[in-house]
This record gives sequence, C-alpha cells and structure tokens, in this order.
Amino acid sequence: MQDNWLFIGIAVVIAAMLPMLPIAAARILSPHRPNRLKNETYECGMETVGDTWVQFKVQYYVYALVFLIFDVEMIFLFPWAVAYDNLPLLGVIAGLVFIFLLLDGLAYAWRKGALEWS
Amino acid sequence: MTPIQYFFLFTAGFTLLAALGVVTRRNVVHSALLLVVALFGVAVTFAILEAGFWAVFQVLVYIGAIAILMIFMVMLTRRNVADETYPEPFNDNMRLAFLAALLVFGGLALTIGGWDAARETMTVPLDYDALREFGRAMVSPDGYLVPFILVSVLLLAALVGAIYVAVLGNKSQEERE
Amino acid sequence: MSFFEDPIKFLAGLLQDLLVSLNLHPIAITVINNIVGALIVSSVGLVIVIFLIWLERKLAARFQDRFGPNRAGPFGILQSFGDLSKLVLKEDVVPDAADKIPYNIAPILSIAAVVLVWAVVPFSVEWIGTDLNVGVLYIAAVGSFGILSVLMAGWASNNKYALLGAFRAVAQLISYEVPLIFALLIPVLLARSMGVNQIVGAQDIWYIFVVPVAFGIFFIASLAEIGRTPFDLLEAESEIVAGYHTEYSGMKFGMFMAGEFLHSLTLAVVTAALFLGGWRGPYVEQLPLLGPLYLFLKAGFVYFLIVWIRSSLPRIRIDHMLDITWKFLTPLSVVLLMAIALTDALLKEFGQINNTALYVGAMIAVNVVIALLALFAASRLNSRQRRQIKTFEPRPLAVPPKPAAPAAASTSEEASA
Repeated sequence: MQDNWLFIGIAVVIAAMLPMLPIAAARILSPHRPNRLKNETYECGMETVGDTWVQFKVQYYVYALVFLIFDVEMIFLFPWAVAYDNLPLLGVIAGLVFIFLLLDGLAYAWRKGALEWS
Repeated sequence: MTPIQYFFLFTAGFTLLAALGVVTRRNVVHSALLLVVALFGVAVTFAILEAGFWAVFQVLVYIGAIAILMIFMVMLTRRNVADETYPEPFNDNMRLAFLAALLVFGGLALTIGGWDAARETMTVPLDYDALREFGRAMVSPDGYLVPFILVSVLLLAALVGAIYVAVLGNKSQEERE
Repeated sequence: MSFFEDPIKFLAGLLQDLLVSLNLHPIAITVINNIVGALIVSSVGLVIVIFLIWLERKLAARFQDRFGPNRAGPFGILQSFGDLSKLVLKEDVVPDAADKIPYNIAPILSIAAVVLVWAVVPFSVEWIGTDLNVGVLYIAAVGSFGILSVLMAGWASNNKYALLGAFRAVAQLISYEVPLIFALLIPVLLARSMGVNQIVGAQDIWYIFVVPVAFGIFFIASLAEIGRTPFDLLEAESEIVAGYHTEYSGMKFGMFMAGEFLHSLTLAVVTAALFLGGWRGPYVEQLPLLGPLYLFLKAGFVYFLIVWIRSSLPRIRIDHMLDITWKFLTPLSVVLLMAIALTDALLKEFGQINNTALYVGAMIAVNVVIALLALFAASRLNSRQRRQIKTFEPRPLAVPPKPAAPAAASTSEEASA
C-alpha cells in the first residue's frame, strides 16, 4: 500500500517537472524584449478602463456552495458501493435513504430557484 | 528513524510553513492559495499514514470544493484584486488568539499523549481491506448507521441554510430596495 | 521469460537485476524502480498527444471538407513538431499587471493535473502505474487541481476577460463534476471496487452494455470537463477573447493548449477503461502487448466521437448549459444510481446475482425505463417553460405609419415637430 503512494508521490514530482522542461527551453531559446506597451493588459487593443474587479454574479458562489454539499455526500457513497457485497439489507436501505435525502436537497434548491442562472 | 519518518517530518514542517503563510500574507488570494498548499500537505500526511481514502477525500473536498469556494468568496467581495492596500493581517487580538491556539495544541497533545491506544502497535491481517470494512461499518446497525444518516440530514440542513442565505436572503434584500 | 511474451516485465526484470548487481540499498532500488515507472507512465500520454493534435486537425478538416495540415512530412504528420518549435521560439509576454507566482504556476499545474491521471490507467493485464485501491476517486481528485489551475490563471492574469472566463469555467467544471462523479459511482458499484484495474477486470460484459445511460451521462459530463464544444464557453473566443488564458503567450499558452488535448485523450482513455472494457479483448491474456492496442483503439473511438461532436454542434448558452447539468443530468444520475443499487440488491436477495443473463437484462431494462422517463420529464418541463415565455413579437426597426390614424393627427404631429 505504501509502495502505491510512493509511486504517486514520485509521479507528482515528475508530472510537475514535465511541463517545466519546455517552459525552461522556451525561456532560453525565445527572445525577450518587453516594453511598456506590449506588457499592458490585453483588451483587444482598447485601453483598460477601471479595475479588473467587475460585479460578478452571486450565482457563481451559489453553484459552488451546492456543489460542495454534493461533493461531500457523493464521496461517502464510494465506500458504501465498494462494500456492497457485504452489506446487510438495512445497510443498503440506509445508503438509499442517504441518496434520497441528497435528491431532496436538490429538489429544494431547484424549487427555491438556487439553480436559476438569471 | 526510517526514511518515512523523515519524510513525515518534512511534510509536517512544510504544511505548518504554508499554514503560517496563510495568516501572515496580506494579499487575501495569496492566503487562499497557500491554504491550498497546506491542505495538500495534510493530504500527503494521510497518504503517508496509508489512509488513501482520506488523502483523496482531502484533495477532492478541501482543495476541489472548499478552497475553490473560498477563492470565489474572496474574489466576489474584494474590490480590486491588484490592490496592495490590504489591512494589516494582525491586530491587538493576535496575542489572545495565539494563547488560545497554544491551549488547544497543549490540550490535544496531552490527550493524545496520554491515550494508550495511540502508542499501541496493531497487527493487521494481510488480506484486511480497510476500505471495504469502512464501507460496511458505516451503514451497518452495529457500526455507524445512525451517525451516517445524521450526517446526511446535517448536510441537507446545511444545503437549505446555504440556499436561504445566498439566494433567498439576496432576494428579500432586493425587494426591500 | 522471453521479450515478446511480456516486454515490460522483461525489461523491468533486467533493470531489477542491474540495480541488485550494483549493490544498492533496497529502498534506493524501490525508489529507482518507481521513478522509471512513473516516467514511462507520465510520458506515454504526452507522446501520444503530439500525434493526436495532428489527427484531430486532420479529422476536423475532413468534417469541414478541407485538407487540414498536409505540408510538413507525409500527410502533414510532422505538423505538431513544427507548432512545438514555433511555440518554443515565441516571446513569452508577461503582462505587468500579472501576479507573477500564480501566473507561472498555473500552466504547470494544468498539465500536471492531467498527467497524474495516467498513474492509475491500466494498459494491460498487469501493466499499470500503480493499482490504487481508491483509483476512481483519485482520478476525480486530481481533476480538482485542473479547476484550481484555471482559477489561478484567470486571477493572476489580472484581466477582466480572463477572470470572467475563469469564473465561467469553474462554474461549468464544478457543476459537471456532480453527474461525472455519480456516473463514476455506477461502475464502482457494479465492480465492487474503486481500483481501475479491478473495474476493468470485472467487465466480462462491457459496462456500456450493462449501464448505457451511465455511459451517456459520463460522456456528456466529460465533454464539459474538457471544455469541448458544445460546452466550450470557457474560451468562447467571440465573447470573452480567449477565456482564462487570454494573457498567456509562447510556451505557457502551449502548455494550456497541450493540456486541453491531453485532457481529452485522458478522459477518452478513462472512459474506455471504465465503460468499454479497457485492455480487454481476445488473446490479451496470452499476449499482454495487445492490451495497450485494445485500450487505445477504444479510447480512439471515444476521441473520434468527441471530435465528431465538436465539428457538428454549436456552442450552448451558459444558462442552458448549467440547466442541463443541474436539472437534467444530476437528477437523472441520482435516480439511476438508486435504481441500479436497488436492482442489484433485489437480485442478491433472490439469489440471482450470478445469473448473468438475468442480471444484464434487468440492468438494461432499468436503464431504458429511466432514460425514457427522463426524456419524457425533460420534454414536459421544456414545453411548460416554452409556454411561459411570451411569444416573440418582432418589433420593426422603422415604424410604419398607422393605417387607422386619421390624416389630421399626422399633420398636427408634423406641425409640432
């Protein structure tokens, strides 16, 4: 088991190194002539007006919130699915109740308009 | 010490440094990104302890959902992302907070240090499938069936509360205006 | 053991012998073995993706009745190398307003998040980076670094369009992750395991034929995860310049580009492993070399579907796109999971779990019924919504004179004007 995670750990290091190589190569090979005009924020040639911060819809946040709850619930279902063979009938029903409550939450969110974009 | 213990110390130190960065950075988004680093350190610690499920859980929930939610939150509220005039990260309550943190740490260290089971070595049979056992224990009546259902009710309550605050609260505010 | 029987094992044996003969510490041997393994596994995808970019351009060209790249090398197969050398030689413009550290980390993270998936992809009977017992969840977890890289790139660029693109992208990615993970849960439930290789091993009948609806949900959700048409809002060039990587140039932009292609390939391979039987095929037990061939044939089929859809469908509006996941795919996947779990449990109760024909038949029946119900519900919902929308009344740009209006009124108007 620990060997598995050793492999993953090494893979993390290698996966980070792989994209660094071409970027480093580009740094050596490519020209580097910055000037003030070139390094301006790109907005299709127009001059930037105001801050980057513009009023974002709060809806983005609501989706993230609903997603968080779903994420936690879904992950709890994975061990349940893995152990499905050894479960007593009550365990199966408990899992189904769990999923049903999740669906309930979704229905509530839908009904209250949390899933509407506008 | 075995190499794994060295690696554990390294990870723990790394995590603590990142966590320290979270509270000392002035730029709030940098804090949030350092928080991701610290949470990843915790995931690595789980992996070292062979708790693979919890390592993955840590990444999926804390980095994939909670950290993103926090970054969203910061970006939605902050007036200007490039603004360097952030408030000083520490105020007069710092000493009090430090004391509280020390007390919590001392209490935890004492409790875990005085707990015999924490120092016992357990022999686990080779074919022991911790994941399957966990899944079974979670929903069987002699295990954690009631907490499992309670968790789902709690999460439902959290969802309802979140929607109320984020959507309905907003709507009623608009109506007042 | 000869080379042709199992080349990987043969070479691994050679390496092992070499390391032992060097009198290294056993831990060093394990570490070196792992490094070699991780290097091979991580670079497989990157090497394939170079040719895949050519293939995709060629295919897209054919769909649009063009030739596509045909100058560099035979059939233009060297085109990607040309692009690569161009990207290496391009100047890397870093905007002054950018937040330098996250700006530079984001492209690295976007590739790393995809490359890491290959650590758990099974290529043949025993050829797998590492058979994690939480493999499927690991794939989902690694994907969350991809989301993070998008958010980092968008924020660090300090550009309105980049940030807007990042926000859209993250909203899309996290929304589609819900049905994606639910669809992942179904093969896990059927195979009783989270290990990817064990799931492949359990597919005596490919899961696409057992749970076709789950495959459909997974495929649509993964289209959105990789940001391909019809879900390519995150870089809708006609709306928000180029999305979250507007401010990137040179090789860093190339990394995002390669990351996108690699992500498509990776999800095609994962789909092939989870639903199309992975490396399974005739004679693979005798000749493990056939495993990767089967896997990439199946993944190639999925990839072809992706390119086909890309060149056939227009982009979907953002509110419709979010409606598809939250109001259709998510409830559908939840209901499907409940139905499949229930069917499985019932068959087990009646002792019919080993009756393959009955099992598969029941599963397919459940799938078909749920798919029909879902489509019916969706069409009902749709027509109800359509009735609520007021019929569109065309408003002419130039208002013609009202025929009923008396002539006197018009003259008085003229007089007042």
